[in-house]
Amino acid sequence: MTQQLENILEVNNLQTVFATEGGEVRAVDGVSFVVPKGKTIGIVGESGSGKSITSLSILRLLAKNGKVNDGEILFKGKDLLKLTDKQMRDIRGNQISMIFQEPMTSLNPVYTVGQQISETLIIHKKISKQEAMKQSVDMLKLVGIPSPEKRVKQYPHELSGGMRQRVMIAMALACDPEILIADEPTTALDVTIQAQILELIRDLQNRLDMSVIMITHDLGVVAETCDYVAVMYAGQVVEYSDVRTLFKNPKHPYTLGLLNSLPRHDVDQEKLIPIKGMVPSPHDMPVGCRFAPRCPVATQACHTKPPMLESIGNNEQIRCWMYSEEWDGDSEVTLYGEKRTVKG
Amino acid sequence: MAKKELLKVEGLKQYFPIKGGFLGRTVNHVKALDGVSFTIYEGETVSIVGESGCGKSTTGRAILRLEEPTEGTVEFQGTDLTKISKKEMRKFRKDLQIIFQDPYASINPRQTVASVLNEAMHIQNVLPPNQRRARIEELLETVGLRPYQADRYPHEFSGGQRQRIGIARALSVDPKLIICDEAVSALDVSIQAQVLNLLEELQEEYGLTYLFISHDLGVVRHISDRIIVMYLGKIVEIADKTSLFENPQHPYTKALLSAIPVPDPDAKKERIILKGDVPSPIDPPNGCRFHTRCPFATDKCRTEEPQLRTSDLMKEGHQAACHYMEDITNGKMQPNY
Repeated sequence: MTQQLENILEVNNLQTVFATEGGEVRAVDGVSFVVPKGKTIGIVGESGSGKSITSLSILRLLAKNGKVNDGEILFKGKDLLKLTDKQMRDIRGNQISMIFQEPMTSLNPVYTVGQQISETLIIHKKISKQEAMKQSVDMLKLVGIPSPEKRVKQYPHELSGGMRQRVMIAMALACDPEILIADEPTTALDVTIQAQILELIRDLQNRLDMSVIMITHDLGVVAETCDYVAVMYAGQVVEYSDVRTLFKNPKHPYTLGLLNSLPRHDVDQEKLIPIKGMVPSPHDMPVGCRFAPRCPVATQACHTKPPMLESIGNNEQIRCWMYSEEWDGDSEVTLYGEKRTVKG
Repeated sequence: MAKKELLKVEGLKQYFPIKGGFLGRTVNHVKALDGVSFTIYEGETVSIVGESGCGKSTTGRAILRLEEPTEGTVEFQGTDLTKISKKEMRKFRKDLQIIFQDPYASINPRQTVASVLNEAMHIQNVLPPNQRRARIEELLETVGLRPYQADRYPHEFSGGQRQRIGIARALSVDPKLIICDEAVSALDVSIQAQVLNLLEELQEEYGLTYLFISHDLGVVRHISDRIIVMYLGKIVEIADKTSLFENPQHPYTKALLSAIPVPDPDAKKERIILKGDVPSPIDPPNGCRFHTRCPFATDKCRTEEPQLRTSDLMKEGHQAACHYMEDITNGKMQPNY
C-alpha cells in the first residue's frame, strides 16, 4: 500500500492482568495493532484468546480485579492509559463507542429506548431533553428502525433482537464517535438478521467515516467486513495483516489451522483438519510459543523460546519462529496438508 | 442401493398452550410445529436447519416424546412411537439417543463420568454390571478421552471434552439413531472440527443414523446427506446436500444461503437481505408463512398455502413449498424490494 493512512488508534504491547484466586492471570500479553482512520480492523480468536479484554482495556472498562500492567493505547497520539477518569469519560461513548454481543443485557430494561439514547446526547453534547429526544428519533431513523417516533417511546422488551441491536448502534453512534468497537455484534442473532446488521454497520461507517474495531470469532464476518485483521491466540496477537493476505496467504500455523477447521457452506470439503489439543490454561502458559503444544511443526526451540511479533513485509506481522532467521526446523514443512517453504 | 426407512414422521404438530386470563385458561397456542413430514433412511445424516423459532429443536424433542406431540405420527422401524405407552417408549430410548447443545447443562455435575455412563447402561440394561467398567473405558477411548478420566467429574473437563462425554453417553446404549441438537454450536471452531470428525468416524464404525439439528449451514453442508429447511414451524425445502446448496429453489433458502458471511474476501455474491423479523408463531401469517418477508410475494401467497412439490427444474427427491419457484429461478419474476 503506497498511500499513507493516518492511524487513529495505536495499541502497543498491551498487557492486561487479572487477580484471581489461583494467582495473577495475564489475559492479554503483548497485544499491538493499529487502527487506520476510516477502516475496519478485525480482532479474531477463539474463546479465551483475550479479544474482548483487549477492547475493554482500550475503553478502560475492566472489572475491578483487572488492570493494564504495561503498554500504551494512543488515541490520536494521546495515551488513554494516562488520562484521568473524568477525561476518559469524555472520550467514552463520545469519541470511542462500543456495542456488545447481547443487546438485551446491555440495554436498561426500565428506561425507554429514547431516554437511553438521549442520556448520551445530554451528557456529551450538553443539549436539552427535548432536543435530545428529537435527535434520538433521527438516530433511530438512521439505523433503519421503522416508525421511529413510536419506537422511541418503547422499552427494550418490546423490541426483537435485531431491533435491539439497532438501538445499541443508534446509542453508540449518537455522538458521532471516531471509533466504534463492536464486540461480537451479531453472534446472538440469526443469519438473516446478522446480514441486516452487518450491512448497516458498513453503510454507516462509509457515511460517517468512522473506524471500526470488529471483535469476532467468525471468520466469515471478518472476510466480509474487515480491511485488516489481528489474529489472537492465548492473549497474544499471532498474525496481523490485511484481510486479503490473511485469507489468501495465511502464515501462522494457528491461522492456517483455524481456516482448515472451518466447515464451509460455499464449497465442498473432503474432511476437516482440526487443530489437535486445546487452548492452554491461562494459569499454565507454555514457556515457549504458546501455540507450540498444538502446532504440527513445532521444534525444540518453539517449546523453549517465546517468539516475538515481527514485521515480515509491508504491513504484515507474525509471531512464529518459522519465519525468522533462527528457524531450526526443515525448510519445507507440511501444515494441515499443505506444503510450504519457509526461511531456514 | 436399497434404502431402508428408519424413521418416518408424518404430519407432526406441536402446539404449546399459552395460559393466561381468568383461572389460567388456555388463551392461545404457540404453533411451534405445524404439520411436518419427512423420512430418515438407515445410515444417513439428515439435517434440519432454520433460524430461532422455526421448530427444528421442537421436532427433535417431539420425535423422542420429550414433549408429547399434539398430532401426527412418528414411526420408528414400523412402530408408531406416539401411540405406545411411556413404559414401552423407554425401551425405544435405547435406539433413539440425543446429544444436546450445552455440554455444561446436560451432564449432572455431581456424577463422575463413569457413573453417568453406567446409569445409562443400567437403565437400558445393556451389559451385565461386571462388564460395564471395561465398556466405559472402551467408550471413553472411542470418543477420544482417556480411560483414567472415567472417575473425574464434569467440571474437570473443557467444553469440547464434555461434548465427547455426551457422545459417549449416547453411544453407551448402542443406539441406531442419534439426534444431535446443535451439538457442536457452543464449541470453538478448532474443537468443533474435532467433534465433527469424531461423529463422522463413529457413523462409519457403528452404522449410525444422525438427525442433525443446526443453524450453521457450514456444519450442515459438511456433515449431511440430506437437508430440511424449516421456517416458522413448516418445512419449506427438502433436498440432498448438493441440490440444496447448488440449486436452492425456495426464496427463503436462497436468502438464508446468501446471508451467511463467506470466509473469502474475494467472494462475489449477491446478497438477498430480508426485511423485518420472523413473525410470531402464535399467530403465523395466512397463506405462505414467508410472505411477510419474501421479496416475490403476491396476493396468492397471502391467501393460499403452498405445498411441497418437485418442479421440472429439480432432481427427484428435492421438494420446495413455493407457488412461484419456477418463475423465480427462470428470472421471470423480479424481486420487489
